[in-house]
Amino acid sequence: MSDNTTDRVASTFSRLSKEHRAGLVTFITAGDPNLQTSLEILQRLPSAGADIIEIGMPFSDPMADGPAIQAASLRSLANGGSLRATLEMVRAFREKNQTTPLILMGYFNPIYQYGTTQFVNDAANAGVDGLIMVDLPPEEDDELCDPARTAGLHWIRLVTPTTNESRLSDVLANSSGFVYYVSIAGITGTQSAAAASIEKAVHHIKAKSDLPVAVGFGIKTREQVKEIGNIAEGVVVGSAIVNEIEQNLDPNGQPKAHLVESVISLVRSLATDSV
Amino acid sequence: MSLNNTNNPPLESYRSGPDDRGHFGIFGGRFVAETLMPLILELEAAYAEAKNSTSFQADFDYYAAHYIGRPSPLYFAERLTEHLGGAKIYFKRDELNHTGAHKINNTLGQILLAKRMGKTRIIAETGAGQHGVATATVCALFDLPCVVYMGATDIERQAPNVFRMKLLGAEVIPVTSGTGTLKDAMNDALRDWVANVEDTFYIIGTVAGPHPYPMMVRDFQSVIGVETREQIELAEGRLPDALVACIGGGSNAMGLFHPFLDEKVRIIGVEAGGLGVNTDKHAASLTGGHPGVLHGNRTYLLQNDDGQITDAHSISAGLDYPGIGPEHAWLHDQGRVEYVSVTDEEALEAFQLCCRTEGIIPALEPAHALAHVVKLAPEMDREQILVMNLCGRGDKDIFAIAESLGVKI
Repeated sequence: MSDNTTDRVASTFSRLSKEHRAGLVTFITAGDPNLQTSLEILQRLPSAGADIIEIGMPFSDPMADGPAIQAASLRSLANGGSLRATLEMVRAFREKNQTTPLILMGYFNPIYQYGTTQFVNDAANAGVDGLIMVDLPPEEDDELCDPARTAGLHWIRLVTPTTNESRLSDVLANSSGFVYYVSIAGITGTQSAAAASIEKAVHHIKAKSDLPVAVGFGIKTREQVKEIGNIAEGVVVGSAIVNEIEQNLDPNGQPKAHLVESVISLVRSLATDSV
Repeated sequence: MSLNNTNNPPLESYRSGPDDRGHFGIFGGRFVAETLMPLILELEAAYAEAKNSTSFQADFDYYAAHYIGRPSPLYFAERLTEHLGGAKIYFKRDELNHTGAHKINNTLGQILLAKRMGKTRIIAETGAGQHGVATATVCALFDLPCVVYMGATDIERQAPNVFRMKLLGAEVIPVTSGTGTLKDAMNDALRDWVANVEDTFYIIGTVAGPHPYPMMVRDFQSVIGVETREQIELAEGRLPDALVACIGGGSNAMGLFHPFLDEKVRIIGVEAGGLGVNTDKHAASLTGGHPGVLHGNRTYLLQNDDGQITDAHSISAGLDYPGIGPEHAWLHDQGRVEYVSVTDEEALEAFQLCCRTEGIIPALEPAHALAHVVKLAPEMDREQILVMNLCGRGDKDIFAIAESLGVKI
């Protein structure tokens, strides 16, 4: 268990509720395009308007992600990214920021190689607040969900358009922090779902759970952020931010001078209307 | 790190796996995104129903006999036996199947299941193109649209198979993500599936992936071992002393091995050692990898300390995969099956030996199995019997082999 006694996720959603707005959840891959630039972006995200930050743990074979986020993983891995480096980034961030929730998102294998017990303890101590694991459905809860919750980490589950009535209870059973509604049956960074279908799904989840709901996949513009923000407590933007990083690389893959500034102003523009 | 422990006490049966969560010991499982999980459960239920259905079995048997050409012969390789001067060598000739490899046993079973489930679109991944061709073939036969994901690198190496798939009406999608090989093709097939869950059936080509695939593919391929038992009893009046098969994902090997797992038969799987298992250019997941989670299951994987999957290398595109089926991983740790490796060079030599002594041009994949037979047979008595799975023919490989031998064709 980490030494922080406050639940940063709960207090963030409680603050958002008082401010009558949805939270902006931003995603970046740790170490993209390199460790130093990535940390700079991470440190500036809260003041740009990110209420919660998802940090992708780089993985060579991210099979639920689209080309943008896979490319981000590969850039990171080519420039020193790793699970250890991801935890280092979290530690560095926490030295200056004690309030913004950090959620690690990714695939199980790097954690399995790190050692599950060691990882959940190191992550909690570094200042991680929760985990979103793409390839660990409730059927595999004994692998990481149980040890993570014991270590005091939130276990944020993905609910999808294919999660039927009978599964929804099982999926929500060991969830904490918030519920992540994947708005499309598909991969990250592709098409967008209609607001009406998202609204229906969010109501469905809320009928069975008191947890806040964040909606992600396919949300790229401030209009979408605003629209979904009227339906759910959190709106996740991932690929659009990652794309902004990619577009600010020179032909050799090195960050251009204004990369961090461009990414931060994109986030600021996404946040404008949700505040 | 190796969990191999050959001192495990023998189990009563090695054929009882997987458990109801799809585990073979610590291996297997269902490590997939939530979007896919309801489909995986639906598939599991549909397969359980089909497995016990006499009409499903009758359909499978009908097409196996009249379309694939089963049973494939069990052939006594007399000249090779004389040449090696040891055990009697039999070839299980799955290279004589329609489409030229064992892959179609599985695609037939899966497409019959897809039809039964009312699915209207088929996707598959392929490395060398053999599974892609076998999938495109049954899709043509059963009139279902077919999309095959294939690494851009492999498309270049295997142009004839790409053309075959297109002739059969399949759409071949080049995969450029990652390293553009089989593992990336599997990633992209999973991405397609997750986006088309309602109508699409994913025909996985080997005994890997999330449960129930490893079990289901094994069951369909077990026709190889079941026939072999009957045929060797008829020919020799007894079971063989040893079985040898090559392993990439391991479907032909599992098909041959499974019906023999509880018998007193020595069983050997041969991995692709590439330039050598002490180099970083090989595909021997059991010899050179350690347990991890990829593509829906826990198994032995080629990976670095950070859990990043590393590239496999083999002269044979069909063995060029950084993982292995979870049941093989379990049989390895149990010590029930021996797993060895042979190099590209040894496979090439065995390939040429087979051509000259038996008049059979084998695929590069079973040439790996043969390279081990070349080592093993002379150590065995002349009264002993060895069966090798000749799981594919080599027409597809002649360009790669010519290049390796420095010949221009």
